[in-house]
Amino acid sequence: METVSSLLDKEWLERYKRISRLNIRSSIYDVTNQCNLRCKGCFFFSSDEHKKAVEENDLNKWEQFIDKEKDRGVNLAILIGGEPTLHLDRVEAFYKRLPTYCATNGIIKVPRDRFPDMMVGISLWGDEEDEKVLRGKNVFAISSKNYEGDPYTYYLYTITPKQVGLTEKIIKKIRNVGLKVHLQLLSNDEDVDGFFWSEDQLKDICSEMDDMLDKYPDTVISSKYYHKIITTGEMMGRSFGWKECPSVTEPLDKRYPQPKRLIHFIRWASDLKTMHRCCTSETRDCSTCKDGAAHMSWVMVNKRAHIKTKKDLQNWIEVYEMFAKLYQFIPW
Amino acid sequence: MAKTIEAKDIMLKIAEIIISELKLEDITAETFDPDLDLVDELGIDSMDLTTVALVLQDEYNIIIDEDDYPTLKTVRLISDYIQKELKDK
Repeated sequence: METVSSLLDKEWLERYKRISRLNIRSSIYDVTNQCNLRCKGCFFFSSDEHKKAVEENDLNKWEQFIDKEKDRGVNLAILIGGEPTLHLDRVEAFYKRLPTYCATNGIIKVPRDRFPDMMVGISLWGDEEDEKVLRGKNVFAISSKNYEGDPYTYYLYTITPKQVGLTEKIIKKIRNVGLKVHLQLLSNDEDVDGFFWSEDQLKDICSEMDDMLDKYPDTVISSKYYHKIITTGEMMGRSFGWKECPSVTEPLDKRYPQPKRLIHFIRWASDLKTMHRCCTSETRDCSTCKDGAAHMSWVMVNKRAHIKTKKDLQNWIEVYEMFAKLYQFIPW
Repeated sequence: MAKTIEAKDIMLKIAEIIISELKLEDITAETFDPDLDLVDELGIDSMDLTTVALVLQDEYNIIIDEDDYPTLKTVRLISDYIQKELKDK
C-alpha cells in the first residue's frame, strides 16, 4: 500500500504538508443579476440565470446570510454575478466576514482602501479582436489600467479556439502590466460560430499552455496536469461529466453513486434563497464543460486516487497549490 | 488485560473496515499501522471518513458525531473514540 511519505522526497513532502490540511470549503455567490457588459458565451446570461431569482437589496439580510454561511463551515466565498463590483457594499459584507475572492470584468476598480488584500480575478476573453466580438469592447485596455501592478489581482484568461498560437502575445501584455494570469478554456455556451473546439485545437492549446508555463513561470499560475485534464476531460482513466463533477450544489445533489465532491458546496442566487445546480450554467452539457475551477476541484477531491505513483501525487500537489494560490491560501 | 485484547480487536476491525470500504490494496488488517495518519498519509477525506464512520456506527451501535471526524486521524484514535463511546453507553 502506497502512502504519501513512501512516494515523496523531503522537498515534495514539505510542499504536500503546506496544503494537505487547508481544508478549503468554498461556496459561490451571485452578488447581483446585473452586469455592465453582455458577453456572448457568459453562462450566467446565456442560461437566463439572471432571471431565476429576485435580487435581495437589503444589506442587513446579506450580512445575516453570510454569518450563517460562515457557521455552515464556508471558509472561501467566491463572488460572481452579474458584476459584483456594481454592489461593493455586498462585496464588503463578505470581505469583512470571510476569505473572499471577487470575479470581475475589471471595468470598475475595487477600491483598495476598502479591500486592501481581497483577491480579484479579472475575466479576459482573448485578444482585442475576440473581446470585441464576444464582449463588445476591448475590456483589457480598461482593466489593465485599473489594476496595473496590483499584487492581489490576476487575469482569468478564457482561451478561445481562435487564440491557438496567439496566447503568448496576451501573456506578455499581462506580464508587462505586472499581473499574473490563470488559463482556462471557453465552453461556448451560446454556440458562437468559430468558437467550438476541435480535437486538434485542444491538443495544440494544451502544448501551448505548457510552453507558456515554462516560459513565464512567474506570470502564469497553472500546472501541466491541469492543462492535460482540461483539454482532454480525462483523469486517471475517467471522463469528466455529470457523474464525476465535484461542483454540484450539495443539497441538490441526488447522484448515486455519489462521486467525490466539494463538501458543503452551494452556489447561491442573489435572492439568498435559490440554489443553482452547479458552479456554472445549468443548461451546459457537462460532458463538454471546460470550467477551470470544476476541473481543478475534480483533481483536488480525488486525492486518494493520486496516491499511486510519485508522479501522480506530484501532479495532485501542483494542482492543489495552483488553486490555493489563486484563492490566496498560500502566497504566489 | 481483557481491555487490551478488546482494543486490539477493535483496531483490527477498524482496519478491516477501512481496507474494505476504501478498497485499499496490498495491506491486511494485521499489517495496518494503527498510528498511520489516515488523512496525511493515506489521503482519506471527509467523505471517506463518513463512509467508514457509518459502518462503524452500525458495527458498534454508537453515534459518531461529524464534528469529531477531524480528531479521528488514526486507527488507534478511532479505537479510543469507540471504546469511550461504548463505555459511556
